[in-house]
Amino acid sequence: MQRTIMDFWVGLFVMTGMGALLILGLKVGNLTTYNTGESYTLIGNFENIGGLKIRAPVKSAGVVVGRVTDIQFSLETYDAVVTVGINAYYRFPKDTFASILTSGLLGEQYIGLSPGGDEEMLAEGDKIMKTNSAMVLEEMVGRFLFDKAAED
Amino acid sequence: MSEPLIEIKDLAFSYSARPILKSVNMTMSRGKVIAIMGGSGSGKTTLLRLIGGEVKPTAGCVKVAGQVVHKLGRNDLFRLRRKMGMLFQFGALFTDLSVFDNVAFQMREHTNLPESMIRDLVLMKLHAVGLRGAYHLMPAELSGGMARRVALARSIALDPMLIMYDEPFTGLDPISLSVIGSLIRRLTDALGMTSIVVTHDVQESLKIVDYVYFLADGVITAHGTPAEVKESVTPFVHQFVHGEEDGPVPFHYPAEMYQEDLRLETHFA
Amino acid sequence: MPKRIITSIQAIGHRVIDGIWRLGCAARFFVLVLLKSMTSFLRFTLVIREIYFVGVLSLIIILVSGLFVGMVLGLQGYETLQKYGSESAVGTLVALSLVRELGPVMSALLFASRAGSAITAEIGLMKATEQLSAMGMMAVDPIARIVAPRFWAGVISMPLLAAMFSVMGVFGGYLVAVVFIGVDEGSFWSSMQNAVDFRYDIVNGVIKSCFFGVAVTAIAVFEGFDAPPTAEGVSGATTRTVVTSALAILGLDFVLTSFMFRGVD
Ligand SMILES: Nc1ncnc2c1ncn2[C@@H]1O[C@H](COP(=O)(O)OP(=O)(O)O)[C@@H](O)[C@H]1O
Ligand SMILES: [Mg+2]
Repeated sequence: MQRTIMDFWVGLFVMTGMGALLILGLKVGNLTTYNTGESYTLIGNFENIGGLKIRAPVKSAGVVVGRVTDIQFSLETYDAVVTVGINAYYRFPKDTFASILTSGLLGEQYIGLSPGGDEEMLAEGDKIMKTNSAMVLEEMVGRFLFDKAAED
Repeated sequence: MSEPLIEIKDLAFSYSARPILKSVNMTMSRGKVIAIMGGSGSGKTTLLRLIGGEVKPTAGCVKVAGQVVHKLGRNDLFRLRRKMGMLFQFGALFTDLSVFDNVAFQMREHTNLPESMIRDLVLMKLHAVGLRGAYHLMPAELSGGMARRVALARSIALDPMLIMYDEPFTGLDPISLSVIGSLIRRLTDALGMTSIVVTHDVQESLKIVDYVYFLADGVITAHGTPAEVKESVTPFVHQFVHGEEDGPVPFHYPAEMYQEDLRLETHFA
Repeated sequence: MPKRIITSIQAIGHRVIDGIWRLGCAARFFVLVLLKSMTSFLRFTLVIREIYFVGVLSLIIILVSGLFVGMVLGLQGYETLQKYGSESAVGTLVALSLVRELGPVMSALLFASRAGSAITAEIGLMKATEQLSAMGMMAVDPIARIVAPRFWAGVISMPLLAAMFSVMGVFGGYLVAVVFIGVDEGSFWSSMQNAVDFRYDIVNGVIKSCFFGVAVTAIAVFEGFDAPPTAEGVSGATTRTVVTSALAILGLDFVLTSFMFRGVD
């Protein structure tokens, strides 16, 4: 086999492989929307996070504005401390409400942010004061039965 | 130049527990063609591997050009091997390289010669073995005799001081056989090398060699010049040179008593 | 029959010790290959030649298999998902299964049987025909000259092949779901892009295939180099390459998956 022919094929092979990786990144994955510039972190305490997981989206008005970066259990307040990374482009007022919501009936859980009306904006490391826990199906069913029983 | 090229002293070697060589002593002087003869499995190839430093002796030593082979470090051993050539039994040509590239292999690996000079050198070496016209063939396209001649050209590529031939005559037709034989003699004389020919082809080798060693039972049982060997009355040498079936070298591989092996009870026998 | 029990225990012990001894040999050989890899990088044409044989010549089987696996995933995924009315998630299903698991694993299995076996057979035959000995006697180290370039060629080719497999698979899934069945094209891609994370899914998949590439080629070159120099020896070694590689790929996949995709999702 001629050296030059072999070199040509190997060059083509490596380029195709790199191209495949690029396609995976751009077309299949979310490299384009990923890590677009800076982000800042916010912290929120939730009584119950339900099935929230790291990397779950943070949405406001249905638009993804960031992701959950860390979930810890707090030994001081005995609740969950959720850290989220918010795209630096998006700013939210101090009195923004954070709730854990579910997309669809059985879909994945995410954090929804509903902005308040405060003049001051949340900044790096700030704490979201107003939070709303996840709705846990079992608790809801339990409360429903309890209410029913109380009616009777 | 009186110092011998190769000195072998009390050389012993065994594969795991099986002794192959027990105590071999030889001296080979420069510029000679030396034959090592012995039956199949007597350890001739092993002896060549010991000289080339591929395996280490269990006792004794091999000295090549004054250096103890098995004491050399990797780099020194490789430096020594550049001055040695070895012709393997079936040529051992690199099957993925053409005849030309096979012969050029060592020049490309060990020298920085320009490609044009390598080309000239390769064609010279191939010319020496009469195969200049076959430079473009692949090893699979060669006959056994041609493959061995290419391998010969390959092993003289860097003008070594020593070439070892492992059974160069086996499986060749009479014409190729005498071609190889006279090539060995001519190249040794022309390039001033030393050649060690391992063989059991008595008639062909006695024509070309200067000295003969007989290897049997792990020791050198006899040695001499071809003329001495032909006249020898030593039973082993006589049997070997004249190809007699039974003699000091038994027809049978050592075994238990025949009767016991066939499970014959003693009262049957 | 206590004697029979003792011999069978001995047989087991013999096998275990043999196996461990071989594993030790393989590890030592692997280190040797790494130590002697300098030549491969100084004379990269040696590696390029081998990339041609292990990489380029594996392309057809990788691309065709990737396409079919993707098409099957699209079909089966659609069948199941449409029962729950979420057929637009078929893109997610196809992409995630390919990028995380099927791409690296299937292409490594194919690579082992296409290229790994060829490497073993080639090196084994070179040994059986004394080409390796001859090379050593010419003061050229066969591990540096023959083994290391093949090893690196495999290590370089594997992730590229896996990526091509995944891309072909996604294309196959797209073909079936969008073109043949008529799932909405927009939601096919957007659900996929929402669910597939670059660092978490794609990079981890590529890391997996790098591990597989090292494992398969290391096994292949070792088996070839270690093969008894006979016809049966080489054929046995070739079989062992494929079997051992398959086991190594699947075992390694489990270990890597449990490290990479634990808890977080
Ligand atoms: N790698 C090996 N392992 C174990 N025994 C071997 C090996 N190579 C050769 N032998 C044994 O050593 C003996 C001598 O072999 P060898 O030197 O090839 O003989 P010769 O070349 O004279 O026919 C043979 O009986 C052979 O079975
Ligand atoms: Mg022999």
